[in-house]
Amino acid sequence: MSGPSSYVPKLGIAKWLDARLPLPRLMYDSFIAYPVPRNLNYFWTFGGILMLMLVSQILTGVILAMHYTPHATLAFTSVEGIMRDVEYGWLMRYMHANGASMFFIAVYIHIFRGLYYGSYKAPREVLWILGVIIFLLMMATAFMGYVLPWGQMSFWGATVITNLFSAFPIVGETIVTFLWGGYSVDNPTLTRFFSLHFLLPFMIFGVVILHVWALHVTGQNNPTGVEVKAVAKDTIPFTPYATIKDAFALVLFFAFFAYFLFFIPNYLGHADNYIPANPAVTPAHIVPEWYFLPFYAILRAVPDKLGGVLLMFAAIAVLVVLPWLDTSKVKSMSYRPLARQCFWAFAVTCVMLGWLGSRPAEGIYVTLSQLFTALYFAYFLIALPLLGLFETPKKLPGSIAESVLGKMKGGSGAVVGAAASAEPNTKG
Amino acid sequence: MAEAKSSPASEPTRRDMLFLATGAMGAAGVVALAVPFVRTLAPNAQTIAAGAPIEVDLTPIPEGQGIKLFWRGKLIFVRSRTKAEIEEAQKVNLASLPDPQADSARVKPGKENWLVIYGSCTHLGCIPGGSAAGEVRGDYNGWFCPCHGSHYDTSGRIRKGPAPTNLPVPPYAFLSDTKIRIG
Repeated sequence: MSGPSSYVPKLGIAKWLDARLPLPRLMYDSFIAYPVPRNLNYFWTFGGILMLMLVSQILTGVILAMHYTPHATLAFTSVEGIMRDVEYGWLMRYMHANGASMFFIAVYIHIFRGLYYGSYKAPREVLWILGVIIFLLMMATAFMGYVLPWGQMSFWGATVITNLFSAFPIVGETIVTFLWGGYSVDNPTLTRFFSLHFLLPFMIFGVVILHVWALHVTGQNNPTGVEVKAVAKDTIPFTPYATIKDAFALVLFFAFFAYFLFFIPNYLGHADNYIPANPAVTPAHIVPEWYFLPFYAILRAVPDKLGGVLLMFAAIAVLVVLPWLDTSKVKSMSYRPLARQCFWAFAVTCVMLGWLGSRPAEGIYVTLSQLFTALYFAYFLIALPLLGLFETPKKLPGSIAESVLGKMKGGSGAVVGAAASAEPNTKG
Repeated sequence: MAEAKSSPASEPTRRDMLFLATGAMGAAGVVALAVPFVRTLAPNAQTIAAGAPIEVDLTPIPEGQGIKLFWRGKLIFVRSRTKAEIEEAQKVNLASLPDPQADSARVKPGKENWLVIYGSCTHLGCIPGGSAAGEVRGDYNGWFCPCHGSHYDTSGRIRKGPAPTNLPVPPYAFLSDTKIRIG
């Protein structure tokens, strides 16, 4: 995908296949010879971690679907059956439920990595937007998956979220009736959510392939935000360097996952979801899963129903146009002293919104939610557009090699020029 | 291709005609086929049949108390209002309401003591408390939704909080002094 292929098939069968379906060549060029910037830090390992999390969710999910019954009267019991009767069923379910949380932890680190190092900027806009689409699909999948055990939080979470669509004028009620397949959240809702919950991960898989494709066209961003100028000096081959680094980070991440899985498997869940769904009783505090809390806080910050819904969707939509909102040519926040402070203020804002989303909607919490919602949007709509015009960035290193090896060894213009002209097709 | 290029651009060829006709038929076909796919998502016959009208006997409900019941999977509150509650609901200045509606428009004439309303918060569908004794009734002595803090008055009208409209009145009629039919 990046430059002319250096794959040379050795075995006879490999040559035969290469002339007919060059799949080994694609794999070799993408995951062995593929040049990665030599200065990537551990934040760049989360893409690989996310890939593994998706595989883990699909594997455990397929097993769970073999034992689960999508029916309003049987779903809760069948989940308890998985926990108690199916051999290692508890492991599959806890892996799947905690895996969703781990998936979101990894994706949030991945997104903030992109925000900090300016990975959304040209020429990576399409790569970034594909990422936002994956994030949206993940949220839809996670929400529908949480409904399936048919506990109290499942039922009331589904009621609250599907009712969001009733906020739209004229068509709202019809949309909600068609989402429910009835006049309230009930069995038809459960069965269609089950079907979609099974489908969406495979759609995510498809968009992930596009995401990786787009990544391999533009090449990876890196902590300096300076594009690759000379492949020979600025990059190292994916295997073994990136492979071993990704694998090491993956092992550490899965150790973290395992701690939750084996010691505190219900820490990230809600006790209320171990009570079977009851349409007559609303739990005292309906709270979504932790990964939705910042958006939930934005929803509740607005005293108007439609306004709250629109603002919540806008909080994600603003990410799509982010590449055009940030006016600075400098990608990495490491070289943007003011923008870096705004970035950390934004990170704190997101954490605060998450905390506020878990509080009851009353008193000071509402006021604070409004304040931090304003700050959330201010980062995208005020700080980033204006800072690019007024901020004086620090001096960028001449090349990736220079930033790593120092000026003497890496930065000589003559060498860079020679290497660049030697590989004219490589964008890095 | 060479022939198509040589003919004037304004002169449609037979291939253009075929392309348009096929395209139009194809588009119409896709739309026609989408209809049954979307219609399967609508409430099915069983769900609709289960939503037939129901009759409710009011005799067991003492004054100042209410019952909850389900119709079409939705919760309905039936409350026997006290004199004080009715007065409170009637004397409100309508201009001060987020969703102005007179109390008389929400009850049947001569039956002002019976309030029949949907029990799902118009914000996001939680169940407001206040029907049973001991539950929080909010600042206006009616119902209070714990999810996002909507306060309803003794007529089920929204007074404070994020809910956009009053708790709606379902279609119902008095069959006798002590019996109603909902639906």
